[in-house]
Amino acid sequence: MTNQANHSNAPRQAWMGLLARAPEGVLMALWGGYEARPAFEWLRRPEVGGVMVRGRAGSVGASFNLGEMTVTRCSLMLEDGTVGHGYVQGRSKPKAEVAALIDAMMQTSAAGAVHEQVIAPLKDHVQAAKADRAAKAAATKVEFFTLVRGENS
Amino acid sequence: MYVAVKGGEKAIENAHAWLAEERRGATDIAELSIAQIREQLSLAVNRVMAEGSLYDPDLAALAIKQARGDLIEAVFLIRAYRTTLPRFGYSNPIATGEMACDRRISATFKDAPGGQVLGPTFDCTHRLLDFKLAAEGEVLAAPTAHPRTGATPHITEFLKGEDIIQDEPASDATPGDLTREPMEFPSTRPLRLQSLTRGDEGFVLGMAYSTQRGYARNHAFVGELRIGKVVVEMDIPELGFAIDIGEIEVTECETVNQFKGSKTEPPQFTRGYGLVFGQSERKSIAMALVDRALRWEELGEDNLGAPAQDEEFVLSHADNVQATGFLEHIKLPHYVDFQSELELVRKLRREAEERNASQEAEPSERGPL
Repeated sequence: MTNQANHSNAPRQAWMGLLARAPEGVLMALWGGYEARPAFEWLRRPEVGGVMVRGRAGSVGASFNLGEMTVTRCSLMLEDGTVGHGYVQGRSKPKAEVAALIDAMMQTSAAGAVHEQVIAPLKDHVQAAKADRAAKAAATKVEFFTLVRGENS
Repeated sequence: MYVAVKGGEKAIENAHAWLAEERRGATDIAELSIAQIREQLSLAVNRVMAEGSLYDPDLAALAIKQARGDLIEAVFLIRAYRTTLPRFGYSNPIATGEMACDRRISATFKDAPGGQVLGPTFDCTHRLLDFKLAAEGEVLAAPTAHPRTGATPHITEFLKGEDIIQDEPASDATPGDLTREPMEFPSTRPLRLQSLTRGDEGFVLGMAYSTQRGYARNHAFVGELRIGKVVVEMDIPELGFAIDIGEIEVTECETVNQFKGSKTEPPQFTRGYGLVFGQSERKSIAMALVDRALRWEELGEDNLGAPAQDEEFVLSHADNVQATGFLEHIKLPHYVDFQSELELVRKLRREAEERNASQEAEPSERGPL
């Protein structure tokens, strides 16, 4: 197994999280433009399930069960033994497969190319969408101004 | 008593065929797509996700289409679907302090750090029908401004600094899950919150309104209302660390409630909490008010006998799928039940008539009672 990394998991967390949240259409379009696809075998074929999302009472207190969300997951292994896991929001098995494949490839020498052609533009897309909403929200921020009342004049 | 009755297969089949036709409506009108419902009836989609207790906008949109816009029927479809899903696990509690807020307002502090951000709200609209929407037209892009960076702090944090608001001690104790074990009373606050967040919006609204009208009044201010996206993180056993598994939109309401103190607590502000899937503002405010009313015992308040203080009453009647199931089952065949009732009433009537007849025949010897 190549997954038992002792170094920081932060980079892998970042790309897996990005793949989980990314809009399927955007991911598939970027992946569609990537040529060199490795062969793999399934460790766990894509399956759709639910994850119970938790919140906290008063946002900081005791945890409680808020409700479920749909998640699709799968695991696969490249020919060199590298294992990739896909955990993506929603019910798309093709998206989970692509996420697992990218997760595996990001641990190999293909990482640079995959990052450049898929991960980086995907991140740009997600950040741009987020920035767009934040900019619209900012435009609805109330600017208060106080009217001077005449009582003391 | 239930007795199996056969028959009516053909009628049922034909009724379902007609239902499909009526669902489609006039065929010279374009058919609605799931994407159209998801994008253009998003608040209905949000309600179905919240009460269906499953965050999946496409599925909720499909359920709304299938249910012909009957949202409780759509919630029922989602609940039925979710029972078929294997449970992969439980997320870590979402961090609403990290929310990318589309909307964030406070009724208690004008100059709240982070500001009063209105977002895409119905507030301050004139509630006049907009006939322009009846015609097709381009929508202008909303104005933008330079966004603030950094997280938006919770309002209650400022009151906590002054030690003037009740503390909400953090706990990672495993909360009860009413999708796994049936509700028992007395309940716990985590279970109450789970029940309220998936409860019927109309019911929770009515209970909340009753507290405002004086049935266990708890003087709520909306300390903060925020709507936006938060990431959902889960520990993945095969990885040995947590990753984001998605991003959901939620509405959070924290009420700040006047509290004169009780036998056990000093005078301070207390809190009610609402957290609901999607942009569900009315529901989350209502949830916070009812949550606060149900905390009377923990805060050492008096039980005023108000409906909103009675957790058994509130939680047993909040679920619209349960309620609909029991309500609507009485329209199903009860032929044998009714037959025995009919026999009974006929017998009672006969006996009463015989009694009256015999009393008229021999006038009372004992006189009026």
